[in-house]
Amino acid sequence: MKKQYFINANIVDPYNSVNENGGLIVGENGKIEAIGKKVNTNNLPTREKPIDLKGKYIFPGLVDMRVFVGEPGYEYKENFRTLSNAALSGGVTSVVTMPNTDPVIDNVSIVDFLKRRGRDKSKINIFPCASLTQNIEGTNMTEFGLLANKGIIAFTDGTKTIQNTSLMSRIMNSAKDLGCLIMQHAEDYHLAKNGMINSGIIATKLGLSGIPDIAERIIIERDLALLEKIKCRYHISQLSSASSVEVIKDRKNEVKFTCGVSINNLSLNENDIGDFKTFLKLSPPLRKEEDREALVQGLKDKTIDVIVSDHKPEDEESKRLTFAQAATGASGIETLLSLSLELYHNGSVKLETIIQALTSNPAKILNINKGNLTIGNDADFCIVDLDKPWIVKKENLISKSKNTSIEDKKLQGKVTNTFVKGQELFKI
Amino acid sequence: MATKTNKAIKISQKHLLGIQDLSINDINLILKESQSFIKLNQSKNKRLNVLTGKTQINLFFEPSTRTQSSFELAGKRLGADVMSMNMGNSAIKKGETLIDTAMTLNAMHPDIIVIRHQDSGACNLLSQKVNCAVLNAGDGRREHPTQALLDALTIINRKKKIEGLKVAICGDILHSRVARSNIYLLTMLGAEVNIVAPSNLMPKEIEKFGVNTFTDMKKGLMDCDIVMMLRLQNERMTSSFLSSNREYYEYYGLTPDKLDYAKPDAIIMHPGPMNRGIEIDTRLADDINKSVIKEQVELGVAVRMACLKIFCE
Repeated sequence: MKKQYFINANIVDPYNSVNENGGLIVGENGKIEAIGKKVNTNNLPTREKPIDLKGKYIFPGLVDMRVFVGEPGYEYKENFRTLSNAALSGGVTSVVTMPNTDPVIDNVSIVDFLKRRGRDKSKINIFPCASLTQNIEGTNMTEFGLLANKGIIAFTDGTKTIQNTSLMSRIMNSAKDLGCLIMQHAEDYHLAKNGMINSGIIATKLGLSGIPDIAERIIIERDLALLEKIKCRYHISQLSSASSVEVIKDRKNEVKFTCGVSINNLSLNENDIGDFKTFLKLSPPLRKEEDREALVQGLKDKTIDVIVSDHKPEDEESKRLTFAQAATGASGIETLLSLSLELYHNGSVKLETIIQALTSNPAKILNINKGNLTIGNDADFCIVDLDKPWIVKKENLISKSKNTSIEDKKLQGKVTNTFVKGQELFKI
Repeated sequence: MATKTNKAIKISQKHLLGIQDLSINDINLILKESQSFIKLNQSKNKRLNVLTGKTQINLFFEPSTRTQSSFELAGKRLGADVMSMNMGNSAIKKGETLIDTAMTLNAMHPDIIVIRHQDSGACNLLSQKVNCAVLNAGDGRREHPTQALLDALTIINRKKKIEGLKVAICGDILHSRVARSNIYLLTMLGAEVNIVAPSNLMPKEIEKFGVNTFTDMKKGLMDCDIVMMLRLQNERMTSSFLSSNREYYEYYGLTPDKLDYAKPDAIIMHPGPMNRGIEIDTRLADDINKSVIKEQVELGVAVRMACLKIFCE
């Protein structure tokens, strides 16, 4: 690989508190050699031809903590190759994959398969999760220690919640003993039973069963009460309501834990469901505008640590059904950054805060050396035209599944180039 | 003259999916058209030829006696070719999706499809995929527009108006499409609507539809002109929405002593089928001076004839 010189960029690297105009040098080994304002035409070797980015932005490659890939079992929805192409077009260079596959990622031998597939087919960094319980049944724990030794980054039942409190306390004890990260999808099943959208006037009007926000809060409060006694690495995958943000804010000083939010819940509300748009059947559900505002505020004041895409590819057949029958989830990895930038463009959240929640914060929680532009690290980064307008069209999506939650939305800001280990793998 | 005015006021919608989509003009148009069919249905020759050559498909995914027969009869009396499909025995059982069924039927060029489905919004989905008009005969717990229209017609026939009346809708509101459609229709036509249900069967934020909510039936029935009872769906008992039938009857069953709180000339309505002794005292259900339940069924055919005619045009 030839040495690459980029100049005249706006570099935002929250991990190193860098937010300045400057350049970036990527070495022949694909590592970052130099970064910042000192990298400019004055001190570059004259024989080199630097790439002038003309004020475009450089961000560390995004770390997306919640991604569903169809391998194994649902390759027709998404495989590692299509996922990595979709991710690269959105500036995402590292993903944490959910274990909700067929078979479930719950034992050592399947992890070997997964790692091989990830290595052979994926161009981005894959960090697989295993399930908390065998076959995601919520009864017996998986082998956290052995799985972690095989390279499992964290444990979660993905779309499912540990309902049994006694089991949850045992999971926490094991996680504490072995130093593992556990991630909870917070939803009380009985309260959310048959629920499809937020409980309230829209559910009443559409005649759909509702999922009350208390279903999320109860699990969060229960887990935090356990966590007070059993100090393990605990992360709440996604918050969806004002009431949850309130609880988190109250408890964050007393107990150590982290939490995330889906870009869907930061950008949309239940009114967007309109006339039974099944692409907006999500878990957790979209809630009221007040909830969305509270989530944005939570991101702004750093109550919420991470933004995730909750990328859940579903083929057309699973969505062209009645709302009750339609699959849950939206494809979103390609639009994660652009949609997040909406919060910057409309003045809601500072750019550094957004980038932090998409890069260094998830990396820190996962304990991986990604999501930063430190000298000597892999040059995983993206170049972004912050103002470029574009419209989301499902036919232009790269992901194998086109179930975007924001079809026809006008966005501002687009990734123009993405690099992994110094190699340009995506270019507009 | 009459045909001229009918041409002047046209229905605003292509499909009848719910009362929510209709304007007051639409509703008045349907009710007026229905009036003309009441007499016809009571006469000896009940046959008209307004829909001769038209094809009506009844697509019932949920068991139904009165609605299905009412729609079938309505279509036949207007001269349409009516095909009723019992979807329990169909390709749906073999894994065909609603959209594929719709496409298949659409290829046979029907003029109108009447659909009942257990999922809310199923009729909306169907309407996006077919070229003909779609009439909703009940979707999940969302809407049952022809039931609300026939209820309105029954009320108008008895009380000569709807505006200013006080109507109590009582029972399992949460799971009821009849309640939702009636709430939209009656509030739109200027009635005051009281909703009476135990908290477990009260939908969230229903008061935002402009109704008063009561958990005490006696208070809810106070000075009402119309008492509309809903069927208690017995399967609710197992999921602990309620403790028992007898307790429900004690607090939410319509009995003479509770009816005393309503106006002396109040009428009793029920969309059927009834659970006698659970939501309604059997004597009240059969009291010809108070109960208009049979009339509702009778006018149902007229309303459905009007809907078929209007939406077929």
